[in-house]
Amino acid sequence: MSEIPSVTVAGSALQELLPPLSEQEAVTESARCLMCFDAPCTHACPTHIDIPKFIKKISTGNLLGSARTILESNLLGATCARVCPVQELCEGACVLGSEHKPIAIGRLQRHAMDYVYGRKIDVFHAGKFISKKVAVVGGGPAGLSCAGELAKLGVSVTLYEKRELPGGLSTYGIIVLREPVEVALAESEMIQRLGAKLEVGKDVGVNPPVTELQKNFDAVFIGMGLGNSPQLGIPGEEYIVDGLEYIERSKLEPSQLDVGRDVIVIGAGNTAIDCATVARRLGAERVTMLYRRTEKEMTAYPHEYAFVKLEGVTVSFLAQPVIVHHENGVVKGLECVRIALGEKDASGRAAPKEIPGSNLILPADQIVKAIGQNKLSLAARLDLKTDKGFIRVDSNFETSAPGIFAGGDCIRARGSASTVMAVQDGKLAARAIYKRLINHG
Amino acid sequence: MADLRINFAGIRSPNPFWLASAPPTNSGAQIHRAFEAGWGGAVWKTIGAPVLNVSNRYGSWRHGTEKMLAINNVELISDRPMEVNLREIAEVKRAWPDRAVIVSAMVESKPEAWHDVIRRIQDTGADGIELNYGCPHGMSERGMGSAVGQVPEYCEEITGWVMDVAKIPVIVKLTPNISDIVMPARAAVAAGANAISLINTINSIMGVDLDTLDITPSIGGKGGHGGYAGPALKPIALNMLAALGRDSVVHDSGLPISGMGGISTWRDAAEFLLLGASSLQVCTAVMHYGFRIIEDLCDGLSNWMDAKEFAKIPDVVGHSLRQVSDFKNFDLSFKVIARIDQQKCIRCNLCYVACNDAAHQCIDLIDQEGRVVAPATYDPSSNGRVDAVSMRPRVVVREHDCVGCRLCFNICPVENCIQMVEVAPEQPSVTWDELTAKQPEVAEDWDQMERYRHKMGIRIH
Repeated sequence: MSEIPSVTVAGSALQELLPPLSEQEAVTESARCLMCFDAPCTHACPTHIDIPKFIKKISTGNLLGSARTILESNLLGATCARVCPVQELCEGACVLGSEHKPIAIGRLQRHAMDYVYGRKIDVFHAGKFISKKVAVVGGGPAGLSCAGELAKLGVSVTLYEKRELPGGLSTYGIIVLREPVEVALAESEMIQRLGAKLEVGKDVGVNPPVTELQKNFDAVFIGMGLGNSPQLGIPGEEYIVDGLEYIERSKLEPSQLDVGRDVIVIGAGNTAIDCATVARRLGAERVTMLYRRTEKEMTAYPHEYAFVKLEGVTVSFLAQPVIVHHENGVVKGLECVRIALGEKDASGRAAPKEIPGSNLILPADQIVKAIGQNKLSLAARLDLKTDKGFIRVDSNFETSAPGIFAGGDCIRARGSASTVMAVQDGKLAARAIYKRLINHG
Repeated sequence: MADLRINFAGIRSPNPFWLASAPPTNSGAQIHRAFEAGWGGAVWKTIGAPVLNVSNRYGSWRHGTEKMLAINNVELISDRPMEVNLREIAEVKRAWPDRAVIVSAMVESKPEAWHDVIRRIQDTGADGIELNYGCPHGMSERGMGSAVGQVPEYCEEITGWVMDVAKIPVIVKLTPNISDIVMPARAAVAAGANAISLINTINSIMGVDLDTLDITPSIGGKGGHGGYAGPALKPIALNMLAALGRDSVVHDSGLPISGMGGISTWRDAAEFLLLGASSLQVCTAVMHYGFRIIEDLCDGLSNWMDAKEFAKIPDVVGHSLRQVSDFKNFDLSFKVIARIDQQKCIRCNLCYVACNDAAHQCIDLIDQEGRVVAPATYDPSSNGRVDAVSMRPRVVVREHDCVGCRLCFNICPVENCIQMVEVAPEQPSVTWDELTAKQPEVAEDWDQMERYRHKMGIRIH
């Protein structure tokens, strides 16, 4: 069976971490599934894929039916099979988890997805054209999902992507170990074959303006994610590398990525973990993650933290950066101050307080920061109502501006942002938009 | 340490496990190795009329990841010259005086052919003879094998010819491809046979290849029925074994029965003994795993006998036969209900769907507040491990509605999670036979049955 090729040469440090299941492995694993009724894995999946159904189809050799089952609930099944934190979702809820090993749901899903993508099988086709037009802003998981679902329903969709390539974080922001670029690109090509028209290099709000979209389209969906890392506001910050750019280069131009020998990654979320992993895998001798709180407050998933420790990364807790030391721009170290945790702050986590006089300098020749992403300014420019800086939407994913819908990371005011949640937003928004378009004749 | 020795119609062996007449007993070299591994005896692959074999002769029935729940075959009797077989039989018997060497035979249905083969077998020093009246393919087309076993008169006549010249014990092997297994067994008794063995293989077609649309296995583009054997057969074999044990003619004859049909483990073996077999034959399990399985067959059986305080094999033989009965003798007032151990339950809800779709709709889904809920009623925005696990309803049996059918028990993937618990009968003990002897009208008229049920407080779900 042909597999989706990896951007990095097989055997390289960055190749996809988990090998594909062989056909026999997949059949054996799928046969272990008890086929729970009203299964908890399906409940746990944000897109509610009928997991026992697709797994049973693998065991009977109905791979096409299996793929269809997945894609009916989640058009980005190939990405989600790889990047979903399955321990926190489907596999975490598997009834075999308590005493045995949960079913490898993610890997089985990948098996079914590789089957159709490897054979270039289009499971769905464009719906019957209904003379309605929708603009989708942002070619990441939320936008692709929304665009694909609408195209399936016969809506004419134009998908605006600011970057050169579609896929959003799947293409640019998730390390190859978890998802090779080709997987994300193959999905966006599938969405285009469904009929969505992709326009890259279009920074909506600048060119074209949103007003133009409102004029030319029956509805607009915004799924443009979030922005760059926020500023730390410390001297020498200009010599700190942005984490998402670091990952992006590791995916698209790995030979152009400078990796230090002694790397500090500021932050303790999943992106910080990915940066630390890339640094280690591309030759850094020492990689230290720096976090001002403790393991308990880390936003990285426990399994990701466990993984990065096995990669040989250490985490320095309760320390906060204060100055980047450098000689003519060449980083020499990061001065930090020790932290004590105080009362809970607005985020509900213990507020960090500097311990005066506890400064120390951690030697480093490269510093990467992965401390979250800024909210985008588009919401403010469009005068959309927000919630903690995120676009506010109602239960139909409609913003405060009628006809403008939104989903994905840009609306994720609560809960942790994830690809699969963005896919679900896009899907549900597409259904709400379609209903609106149909009802309004 | 239990005594596993047996004396089966005068044939002695150190344990009850014999290799059945089949591919594992095709040659002296194989049987030497089997005896080295510890097998108590071997029934030599059937010798007799000249044959030629075909390729792709074994098919397998698989289920899920289980590779060979059953095997079928169109292999004929031994395709090696009779002289070679007879010489090797003699060699094996000389080398292994304490093991049972039985020779299976099948020749044309003529007295002289049978007389000849029996005499030649006896000349080898073999301990016994098994008459193959069961082979369901190929040989039966030539009037042998199951063509004999399916007609009690032929069975009796040919066995009679054999008994005319036999000086060593003769075992008649029965075919299951017959409506009443008792008839050929009685024929064997009538003809004076020394023992019976059962079952031979069952007629079967393994399947159709969904790529080529050929019968599988395909023999040059053709395929057909072959003899079906292996673990899947066990319940069928046990039923036929028990049927002989319950037949007064067969039982009173005192003929011992060698049981086979799906024996793979010592557990299977013990069940065959309990239902009346006093020697045990094994083939498919050896074809799957080799001769080495004899070690656990003996070890497991011995340990179980020790635990159950059975000193020797004859103490086990037929022990459970007395419990085999017919529906008409079952106590209609006997009542069990299913009870689910909530600590052990993993919430797969397979019992719920089985009961609801296929049985008597008496398992409920109960949410955290104790309310009965429908499946999949969670809010679609709910997701994640914590929600899925914490909001999952419990499965609870509505005991007053449970008929105790046992379906949930059978499909529950967790051992001992669902127990069938005996509860006090709601009516006095009565069997169908007793009831209809006293009140024959209830069996003839639904109104009468309704009245009876109402009077007795029998509710139907």
